Amino acid sequence: MSSRTLTYVKAFNEGMHQLMAEDPDIFLAGEDVAGYGGVFHMFDGLLDAFGARRVFDTPISEQAIIGLGTGAAARGLRPVVDLMFMDFLGVCMDQVANQAAKMKYMYGGTVSVPLTITTAGGAGLSSAAQHSQSLEAWLAHIPGLKVVMPASAYDAKGLIVSAVRDNNPVVVVLNKKLLGAKGEVPEELYSVPIGQANVVRSGTHVTVVAIGRMVPESLKAADILAEDGISLEVIDPRSVSPFDTGTLVASVRRTHRALVVHEAVQFGGIGAEITAQIQDEAFDYLDAPILRIGAPYSPVPFSPVLEAAYVPDAARIVEGVRRLVKRG
Amino acid sequence: MSEAAVQDAALEVEADVVLDLHRRMVRIRLFEENAGKLAESGTMPGFLHLYVGQEAVAAGVMSVLRDEDQITSTHRGHGHAVAKGAEFRPMFAELYGRTTGYCMGRGGSMHINDLSRGMLGANGIVGAGIPIAVGAAFASKYRGEDTVAAAFFGDGGSNIGAFHEAANMAAVMTLPVLLVCENNGYAEFTPQAEHMKIENIDDRAASYGMPGVVVDGMDALAVRAVALEAVERARAGGGPTLIEAKTYRYFDHQGIKGMRIAYRSPEEVEAWKERDAIKLMEAVGVARGFATAEFFAGVWDEVLADVKDAIEFAEASPHPDPADILLNVYTD
Repeated sequence: MSSRTLTYVKAFNEGMHQLMAEDPDIFLAGEDVAGYGGVFHMFDGLLDAFGARRVFDTPISEQAIIGLGTGAAARGLRPVVDLMFMDFLGVCMDQVANQAAKMKYMYGGTVSVPLTITTAGGAGLSSAAQHSQSLEAWLAHIPGLKVVMPASAYDAKGLIVSAVRDNNPVVVVLNKKLLGAKGEVPEELYSVPIGQANVVRSGTHVTVVAIGRMVPESLKAADILAEDGISLEVIDPRSVSPFDTGTLVASVRRTHRALVVHEAVQFGGIGAEITAQIQDEAFDYLDAPILRIGAPYSPVPFSPVLEAAYVPDAARIVEGVRRLVKRG
Repeated sequence: MSEAAVQDAALEVEADVVLDLHRRMVRIRLFEENAGKLAESGTMPGFLHLYVGQEAVAAGVMSVLRDEDQITSTHRGHGHAVAKGAEFRPMFAELYGRTTGYCMGRGGSMHINDLSRGMLGANGIVGAGIPIAVGAAFASKYRGEDTVAAAFFGDGGSNIGAFHEAANMAAVMTLPVLLVCENNGYAEFTPQAEHMKIENIDDRAASYGMPGVVVDGMDALAVRAVALEAVERARAGGGPTLIEAKTYRYFDHQGIKGMRIAYRSPEEVEAWKERDAIKLMEAVGVARGFATAEFFAGVWDEVLADVKDAIEFAEASPHPDPADILLNVYTD
């Protein structure tokens, strides 16, 4: 197995190229995905490699884009449809939540919907309230969907491969601030299983469950705290639905302390569910209340000063861990 | 039934076409009337949006489709399923919520489907089936098949954004799809004149660059003729067509009881019933010597026997086991 350093977006792109070369039933549709290669260049080169039959631009019609994918998937194709920004879920949620996600169940199992929806979430680019959100909790609340959130170049490739090969609708949420993040990526096609958390860093004092961009922030925090002799175990769930409770519960039973961090709004976020699951299964092991860190209950602000204050970072994780270890 | 209407409908028509359309419509009518009674007597759970009155639309369109052609339907979807060839037993079993139903009791009336016959499902969300039909049509084109898709929706559904997005996409991508608007004059309880400024919904076709046509939705032969032209164009790579069929539902928005509010006059309802699509086909059949009145009466008897058999089957079928409540949330 040979690997080299690639950016997150290049790794994703390589996964798409290799998938499309492997399976002629895969096609890609979305706004500016063909000629332009996607606004984040996730899809660069696919039009040239696979032609306009399999890679094409659509009108700005998100309901019709998701519906196109859903109908084609119900007929056995393996569509990849792009929702340019995660915020645009607001204009196509019916097709996502009421159609693609429920078809298998409400039609009595007679149909599968092997649909992949790619999208870009997260703040940090001064894109303001309608181009910066992290809405994974919306999606995780819908039975029938799977939701993956790669936090590394390796996972960006491995998770798009698993998503496209999966026989269910899967939403792949890329993080805009991680697009340039570099990591070791094998050249060949490989997959990262959906629903299996990754222990990114082993530690003994506090378990940090971090979503998306909060994974690298947590690793930074772990480096800072290591200087003070505080050892963090950083767990990346990789998929928020299905959710791998077992891995993090096993960790918390060893560390006795847990912190959950995501860049989505803290209130009603996926962190609330994770916190509840830990206390359901590891309450007697806890030496301190589980701490949640998320964004304040406001839209994402435009001002770089405000946005920096809005999105959690390594400093806030460090501060949270220090509070946790003082208890008990 | 006026003499002119009979002659008009009977131009250049084959006996087997008339008898086929008639049987499809009688199957819908008797399915719906019996389902409505069972729901309102409390025998069956849930509520039903009945298709009675609009049978000519489903029968006419479906008579020119093959099993491999795909359709998406609406909350008023039983008629489309029956006309596409769905069987009474699993349909009634589904309405009863039993495991032998088309959805194993998980979907009910608004999710009736028969994937084996290209019936991609009724739908509880107005207009939502239209983009899905466009996706099914895309699959035909992608694979180089000459199969087509048809999306059914109402006058009300033509006002939802999904219609606009799907129609435009179908046109710009030249997809083999029929957009079949069943204009029954009311979006639930709101008359057409209060929910749009235009009289003919097919006017909207021009704005997408696709052909549009208005047809008498009480005349199955007329519907069949326009559907045939649209299907042939679609199979030949000519793209979508918007068909507006002017029709009427005899019952209320939901159920078979009388109107809960006086949004339609009894005279209006009776006037449409005078132009009943099944009566028209029987008059054509007799006038042209294709069949006798006794023959048509026999069809009603046969279909009623099928309905009764299916109800018995449904009532004898098992309820789902609560232990299986998570079955089919995901595909393994």
